[in-house]
Amino acid sequence: MKIMVAVKRVVDAYVAIRIKNDGSGVELANTKMAMNPFCEIAVEEAVRLKEAGLAESIHVVSVGDDACCETLRQALALGADCATLVETSEPLQPLAVAKCLKALVEREKPDLVILGKQSIDGDNNQTGQMLAGLLGWAQGTFVSKLTLTDGQAIVVREVDGGLETLQLTLPAVITTDLRLNEPRYAALPNIMKAKQKPLTKVPIVELKVESDARQTLMQISAPEPRSKGQRVNSVAELVAKLHNEAKVI
Amino acid sequence: MSILIIAEHNNKQLNPVTSSLISAAQTISQEIEALVVGHQCQSVAEGLASLAGIKKVWLVDQSACKYPLAETIAPIVESIADKYTHIVAPATTFGKNFMPRLAALLDVAQISDITQIESDDTFVRPIYAGNALAKVQSKDTKKIITLRPTAFPPVTETQTPATVEALNIISENTLSQFVGLEKSESVRPELTSAKVVISGGRGLQSADNFHLLERIADQLNAAIGASRAAVDAGFVPNDYQVGQTGKIVAPELYIAVGISGAIQHLAGMKDSKVIVAINKDEDAPIFEVADYGLVADLFEALPALEKAIDELKTS
Repeated sequence: MKIMVAVKRVVDAYVAIRIKNDGSGVELANTKMAMNPFCEIAVEEAVRLKEAGLAESIHVVSVGDDACCETLRQALALGADCATLVETSEPLQPLAVAKCLKALVEREKPDLVILGKQSIDGDNNQTGQMLAGLLGWAQGTFVSKLTLTDGQAIVVREVDGGLETLQLTLPAVITTDLRLNEPRYAALPNIMKAKQKPLTKVPIVELKVESDARQTLMQISAPEPRSKGQRVNSVAELVAKLHNEAKVI
Repeated sequence: MSILIIAEHNNKQLNPVTSSLISAAQTISQEIEALVVGHQCQSVAEGLASLAGIKKVWLVDQSACKYPLAETIAPIVESIADKYTHIVAPATTFGKNFMPRLAALLDVAQISDITQIESDDTFVRPIYAGNALAKVQSKDTKKIITLRPTAFPPVTETQTPATVEALNIISENTLSQFVGLEKSESVRPELTSAKVVISGGRGLQSADNFHLLERIADQLNAAIGASRAAVDAGFVPNDYQVGQTGKIVAPELYIAVGISGAIQHLAGMKDSKVIVAINKDEDAPIFEVADYGLVADLFEALPALEKAIDELKTS
């Protein structure tokens, strides 16, 4: 089985973002970037399937500018075999990313595509489902357990009501939730080896996909800060204030 | 303009989030229709038809639609999408699952998890775990939207029921099959619609200690939530998680116990009306969003809180 994993470079999850003064966006210059945490889980799951003998190869892909090569190299260091960057200087919206991924899937013919369920910058939670829709494939979203058997994927999904189990016909698209696995750290020798693994760059025009922005970003603003709260010194004072002042109990 | 609302339900009851879709849709147009896809769910469709503002309810009722699989529901919505300028579903795991698939089938860029409607094509949505708000204008002729239910008031008024009309669309999903659902049974209010939520974090130290929250939840008719750390540690099931990637709540009162207040947790609860934080670390970030902060050992504070609420209720 061939697995394709899509990864995204985002602002590091532990960095407090800064909004540009003119409201045109979030400051990315001199900001620490990292692989989206859900994408790390996607890479890890693919590597585990390969280690278990269920997959022969892992192809990791990303869509973005040259800086995304760093993210792809990280995935190679974690155990992916080869990488492709779809080069574009424009930040693409999920539909356009899904179209790029569809073009790559048609070239590479993987049996399974694994993505993070959402990126922690745009919080859109769309790309995997869109890719599955464009390909006409089954989708397993928000997956916390994945089992492959006989041309089928059994997925356990984290849904609002609990845990849902589905059986999907392969090929399929899977998006990862937090508890699917705990990603490993890349070992130094593997980081060195990753530099020798193949990384191909494909200019987006070569894929012949329509990638026009369908949405205009009008403004980015900071949410209203909450008004300053107060410290209470005892449970008795807390309950009295909740009753008399806030009137919520 | 004409809007289609996709109802969330369990074949017996309408999920209350659906009624928030109506009030949101009304700010765009009064031409609001709804679609119920399920099995033996006529009563759900009838209940929805009685909610004020609904002009018509379409019903697809067949055994293949018992569970809302994306591969089943997206093509059904696609087949009737032509008539509508806006298609709206809740930004719950139900809506998040099939709506982007539908958007791709229609070649439309979805607008996810909106919290404000500026006009029929301009919406505000939180990004970066709610640390920024993006105002976006859609250029697509059809808008595919998921909407954060807690940001819009539920419609509770009723009306003379609108027509419920059955649609004979046969689902042809051969890609996926439902196997099972492991539900967390609870007699408490549902987390996302509860007026009071009490949540525990890693500070509770064990699954057993979550019982300390249960007694207070019973007193206040509260739902119980948890931080990601508590879920990851196995103290409670996944569906308790409040946060950026879990559930978004905005109750009248949110009590955070032993929760440090990671950015991704704050993203799920900071729109609560009143926030109480109980934590022994006085520098915990949760205190920055708390209206009332109590620096205390939760194992002493919780029994005291239970007693104090008891006294208040009996006085």
